[in-house]
Amino acid sequence: MAYSDKVIDHVENPRNVGSLDKNDPSVATGMVGAPACGDVMKLQIKVSEQGVIEDAKFKTYGCGSAIASSSLVTEWVKGKTLDEAAEIKNTDISAELELPPVKIHCSILAEDAIQAAIKDYKSKHDK
Amino acid sequence: MRYFELFSIPVNYDVDLQEIGARYLELQRAAHPDRHSGGSEREKLLAVQKTAEINDALQTLKHPLKRAEYMLAELGLELRGEQQTLQDPMFLMQQMELREELEEVKTSSDPDAAIAKLEQHIKELNSEYSNELQSLLASQEENDWHKAADNVRKLKFVYKLKDELERIEDELFDD
Repeated sequence: MAYSDKVIDHVENPRNVGSLDKNDPSVATGMVGAPACGDVMKLQIKVSEQGVIEDAKFKTYGCGSAIASSSLVTEWVKGKTLDEAAEIKNTDISAELELPPVKIHCSILAEDAIQAAIKDYKSKHDK
Repeated sequence: MRYFELFSIPVNYDVDLQEIGARYLELQRAAHPDRHSGGSEREKLLAVQKTAEINDALQTLKHPLKRAEYMLAELGLELRGEQQTLQDPMFLMQQMELREELEEVKTSSDPDAAIAKLEQHIKELNSEYSNELQSLLASQEENDWHKAADNVRKLKFVYKLKDELERIEDELFDD
C-alpha cells in the first residue's frame, strides 16, 4: 500500500519524538492502543499555568500511518489551549495525511491520545 | 455456533486440536468436489461452497484468538475490525516497556538471553489473559462476555508482541 508523501515525511523525520518528565506536575500523559493492529501510542503534553500547551512529545509503536498521525498531532497541539486541542478530530488528521480508509483507525488513535492526555491533565489539576 | 456444530465438537473455548484435525479430514473427504463430479452443476457448486466453509471453520477453530473472536461475535460482541481504542494506562504502559525491550534486543550484548526473557514474559501474559476465557465464554452472563472481550483485546497486543519478536529473531539469525 502506498503512503502519501506527507506520511512518508513524518515517518522519515518524525517531529517531537521522545518523553517529557512524567513527574513534572505540568506534564500529562495519554496512553492509547488499537486492538485491531496492536499499535501502542504515548502522547505527552506540557501545559503552562495559562492552560496553553507549551511542548508535546510522542512515542508510537505501530505502522507508518500511526507514527505520522501522532507526529502531526504533536505539531498541531503546540501553542494551543487545552480546549482548542480538544477540538482536533481524527478526520482533520486523516485528511491532512491523506490516509486511506483502512488506516483511519490510526488517526482515531491519535485523536484519542490527545483526549486522554487532556483528561489526565485535568484529573491532576481539578481538585 | 455453526463452526462447532459443523465439526461436531462441544461449544467450548478449550478445544482438542487433534480432534479438530481428525474431523477436518473426515469432512473434507466427504465434501471433496471430485466426489461430486458426476453430479449436477448445482451439486458441484454446493460441494465447493461446503469445502470453503470447512476451511474457514478450521482456520477459526484452531487459532485461539480467532476462536475467541468468533465465539464473541456469535454472542453479539463483534471485535473483528473494531475501531475502538483501548485505554488502560497500566496495561499500555507495560506494553510500551515491552516494545522498548524488544527494540533493544537487536543491540543487546546477549540477544539470546534478551529474547528468552521476552518470550517468558509474553507466555505469562498470554496465560494471564487466556486462562479465564474458557469460563467467561461459557458463562450465561453478558457481563462475563464483556470481560472476555476485554481479555481478547489485550491478547491482540500480546500476539502482536509475539509476532514482532519472531520478526526480530528472523532478522538477527538470518544473516
